[in-house]
Formats: sequence, C-alpha cells, structure tokens
Amino acid sequence: MNEFLEFKGVSKRFGSNQAVTDVSLQIRKGEVFSLLGPSGCGKTTMLRLAAGFERPDTGRVLLDGEDITDLPPEKRKLNTIFQSYALFPHMTVRENIAFGLRVAKRPKSEIDDEVDRMLRLIRMADQAAKKPDLLSGGQKQRVAIARALVNRPRVLLLDEPLAALDLKLRQRMLIELDMIHDEVGITFLYVTHDQGEAMGLSDRIAVMDSGRIEQVGTPVEIYEAPRTSFVAAFIGDTNFLEGEVTGLEDTEYSRLEIAGVPDIVCFNDKAIGPGQPVFLSIRPEKIHISRDKPEAARLRNMLPAVVEDVIYLGSTTKYWVRAGEIRIQILRQHSRFFLDEKPIRWNDEVWVWWHGDDGFMLERYREVDEDLLAVPPRKVGESDGGNGR
Amino acid sequence: MKAGARKRAAEWLASGPSLLWLCLFFLVPTLLVFVLAFRPATPFGGIGAGWTLANIRRLADPAMLTVARRTLEISLATTFICLVLAVPVGYTLARISAKWRNFFLMLVIIPFWTNFLIRVFAWKTLLHPEGPIKQVLVFLGLVPSGASLLYRPEAVVLVSVYAFLPFTILPIYAAAEKFDFRLMEAARDLGARPFAAFRKVFLPGIRRGLVTAVLFVFIPALGSYIIPDIVGGPGGEMIGNKIAQRVFVDRNLPLASALSVVLILSVLAPLVAILFLQRRGEGPEIL
Repeated sequence: MNEFLEFKGVSKRFGSNQAVTDVSLQIRKGEVFSLLGPSGCGKTTMLRLAAGFERPDTGRVLLDGEDITDLPPEKRKLNTIFQSYALFPHMTVRENIAFGLRVAKRPKSEIDDEVDRMLRLIRMADQAAKKPDLLSGGQKQRVAIARALVNRPRVLLLDEPLAALDLKLRQRMLIELDMIHDEVGITFLYVTHDQGEAMGLSDRIAVMDSGRIEQVGTPVEIYEAPRTSFVAAFIGDTNFLEGEVTGLEDTEYSRLEIAGVPDIVCFNDKAIGPGQPVFLSIRPEKIHISRDKPEAARLRNMLPAVVEDVIYLGSTTKYWVRAGEIRIQILRQHSRFFLDEKPIRWNDEVWVWWHGDDGFMLERYREVDEDLLAVPPRKVGESDGGNGR
Repeated sequence: MKAGARKRAAEWLASGPSLLWLCLFFLVPTLLVFVLAFRPATPFGGIGAGWTLANIRRLADPAMLTVARRTLEISLATTFICLVLAVPVGYTLARISAKWRNFFLMLVIIPFWTNFLIRVFAWKTLLHPEGPIKQVLVFLGLVPSGASLLYRPEAVVLVSVYAFLPFTILPIYAAAEKFDFRLMEAARDLGARPFAAFRKVFLPGIRRGLVTAVLFVFIPALGSYIIPDIVGGPGGEMIGNKIAQRVFVDRNLPLASALSVVLILSVLAPLVAILFLQRRGEGPEIL
C-alpha cells in the first residue's frame, strides 16, 4: 500500500478546545480521500495541518515519506481550494491563476502557456481579463481550482469547496471536480460535511467526530457496515435496536432478544458472546413491509407490527411502525408495487422483515447519536423519549 | 412630481446646509485668496486697485525656491516615514484580539487630549541642548556635544511624524480591519513567502487606506506652520512660515495670497488628475 500523505498521531488544541485528538491517517497516491463530519469535528483543522497553516501539538505530517511537519505553507507541494475561494480581488482571473508561477519566478512565456492551458481546462479563456468580483460563484470556484492546479501540487486540499454554491450548481461542479481529478490524476484531500458529496466523489472516506476518526473505508463500507452509532446515524438514516445476545445460530450468526422479541438473527463479525448487550443498526430501506405474512426463511427476521405514520417523500415513502416496544422506520421506493395492491395506511396491521445480513452490530454506541436520526411520530400528550430501541 | 425628481429634491435638501457651509466658509475665502494674489499691495499693508502679476513673479526668487523645495522634501519624508511606521501598526491592530486592539487604539488617540501647540513645545524641551535626548545621545557618543538637535529640517520631520502618525495609523487600520486575511493564507499556500504575501496581497488590499493616509499627512504637512516655527529655526523654514511672515511681518496680503495659491494648486493638481483619469476608467482605482 502506498501511503502518500500521512498523519501520525496528530493532536491539535486551540485554547480550551481540543480540535484533533491523536489522529493517524494514511492517504494513498492518486485517490480522492474525504474527511466527512459535522462542523466542529476537526476536519478543517486536519486540512490546515496538511497545508501548514497550523502546526500539530504532537504527531507528524508526512508527504511521500518526507516529514513536512515543520515546513511553512509556501514550502509544501500542496495547494488549497478555500471555502471562500480567497481569490485576490485586485487581480484579474489570469493574474490570479499566474500568481503561484510568478512568485516561483518562472519565465514569462512558460507562465503564459501554463495559464492558457488552465484557462482551457476550466473553459474560461474568454473571461481571463475579468476581476473576480464580476464572476459567478461557479466561475470563482473554477478559477480557484485552476489557481491551485497550475502549480502542479502533489496533493490538492479542498475545504468545503462547494458549500457556497446552490444545489444544481453543486451537482455540476461535483461532476466537474471528478473529471478534473481523472484528468490530472493527483491526490485529493476533500473536506466536507455533506455525505452526498463525499459518497459521490471519494475513493475512501474518513468519518470524523469530536476530533477523532470514527471509521475509514470506501463509501460502500461506511454506509453498509458502519462500526459506530455515530457513523450509522450521521450517514443516511437508520434504526437502532438494543438487545442481548441469547445464543449462536452458527459460526457467523447470533440470535438476539430485542425488547422481548426472541430469536432475531444477526450477522456477527464482532465475536460477542451470549449474555452480552448489543446495539443493532438496520437501514430503513433494508426492511420490507407488507400486509401479508411473508414465508419463513433461514436468517429472515419477521415481526408483526402496526403502522403509526406514513410519510410520502416523492421518490420514496417512509413508514413508522411499532412492533411491541420497538419502533422502526422503513423506506420503500414506491407506495405500491402493484396497482391492485391495497396501499398501506395508518393503523394497518402489517408484517416487517429483514435478512440477518442487513443488521449490523455496532462496536460503540452513544445515546447522543440518536439525535441525528429522524424523530418518530408522537401522539398528542405522549412524553419525549422512548424512540423504540 | 415624479419619484426620481422628488428623491433628487430630497437629496439637495439634505445636503443643503453642509453645501452652504462649505460655500460660505471654504469656497468663497479660497476664491478671495486667488483674487488677492493678483492685486497690488500698498506700503501700509492695504490692497491697492487694479491687477498685477508682480506677486507671482516674486515667487521665482531663489530664496523662495529653496523654501519650496525644502517644504516638499520635509513633507515627502514625513509622509514616507509615517507610512513605514503606520502599516505594520495597522496590520498588527487588525490581527490582535479585540481587547488589546481597543487598548492600543486608545494609546493612539490619547495624545489628542493635549493641545497640539503644547505637544510641539514639549518636543522643543526634549530636543533642547540641555534636554534628556541630547544628553543620552552625547553620553552614548552618537552626536558631538556641540551639535544641535533643534532648528534643523530633521527636527521638523521628527516632530511632524510624531504629530501626523495617528492620522496615518487610523485609516490604515480601518482598511486592514476590513481586509480578508484568508487571502494571505492563500498567497502563502501558493508559494509566497510571508513578506511577498504582504507586498503582493496585503498592500494592494488596503490601497484605499494607504491613499487616505498619504492625503491626511502630505497635505497638512505641506501647509505646516507651527512645527517648523517652533523647532525648525531659519534652516527649517517651510512655505507656511513664509506665508505667515508676509502676513504678520510684511503686512503684504497679496504676496501671501500668491504663495497660498501655489500651495493650493500643488495639492489640487495631482488630485484632479487622479479623479479625471478615474472618470475615464483608465487610472488606478485608488480614491
């Protein structure tokens, strides 16, 4: 494995605020690596540590095996795209892009050629003489990208580069960023709080919370096999079920009891033995719902339930159901699969079921992460809490 | 009345009082000075009838040219030193925490609590041959004991810098406070050393503050009268002193007016040129 940009046990404190705590991370050459987390999780501090705007209190930062911890920003072969773009307002687009080459004292003809090449890459050759104030958000963004890339950095650091753009433009710029990455092939370190951006663009994602890495993996691993309640709840939506291991089905699957319901089967890769408490995460779209009782099958968990709420979301419909003490949210792509099927309504008695592989035992569970989830419906006068674990 | 016309009328009404004030107490006196410059003087300090160019011709006197050149040199030196001192101060003020910033801004403003004349006299005491500064410099062997710190152009520059520095610091601080310091990080990120980032990004970013600071120092320095009068001596005289002498000693108002006209035009000409160029959208955007 070729680690390219590497953080080794990095910590950083600002006054009384511990921004980053003992983080180690390896980013591979040529990949798009995202740091994903809520604001204040330390992801921007990680980027500033890489860029050289901050020095870590402890730990080292390495680029291609070379220790760059003590190098000032101008000596690092990394360039940053700032959230605010930070284009120089007194310079034209061309002068902005040429800035890095000019301070490097490269010959004028070479600077002109390189800037022309970048202007073509971002398709803004006809805007070269404009000042940044006259550009739209998307255009500023592209100039910021060109201004960084013209220096041929070894790693491009992107700090929430799309946060200031509207939704449609964000989607277009995301595709454009992907194309630029394919074309220049350099390593991207991408900082964002938007899971959609991170999922769509990244080869790998590190999910951060409170200055620590919660999980590193491909978008599929992060979504399908979250290791902590934070990752499960921050990315997408999920159901948390609290239970106890009662026995082993075989070497790979365990039987659990959840809120009085026995014999729920779950994939067990955590080696949790009988008698131990466990938290389960099941994605709403992995759970099936129907009026008719499904056929029993090996590793299939089935529960009778009552529909509490039906929320039509356009492309999907969300159902909140109650099975005994358990409250579960279920997402279905269509409100009806067949036209002659009777739609599921409030207070209907239904069956819900899911496969043993679709539930995931969490390594770490924190109650506060439930705040990240969708809130179940509440009847008038019903007390807060008790959201069906 | 249409909305646009009504709005314009309201604007005239709102700016009317200050416009009237400026006309009565600024424009009319200035025009009077221009008129007086072309009237003959009578031997008894009065103003004669008819028109003459004699006052203007007398300005070509070599002694007058020496004073004019000295005035320009002292003003340029004062402006330059003020800027060199004020830019780092303004930069620092914009970067430190609000608590310290208010404290230091207070220090900049405190001298204004004391009368200007008294502060200049205080410098005379400080620079006096028996004064503390001279004593220390002689003790350190930096100046011979016979040398004088007072009554020379350098003394005028020193005291002028002291007097005008707050007027440079405040506009530069105001511009630096609005400056987006993330641009400095961007410049560093793109390979600029700290000083290059300062020169290529910070200074252009606060250019309006710099121009204001230059105007706030250079123009009053050109017309300086009290400072050269108190610490300048004959070797540190400026145009302001010459004008005062024509008025109070010679009682020759037309000649004093002619000198004033030269002073006013030499300040006005570059300003008008800049404004004119800006109207045509060619010149530097500095005002």
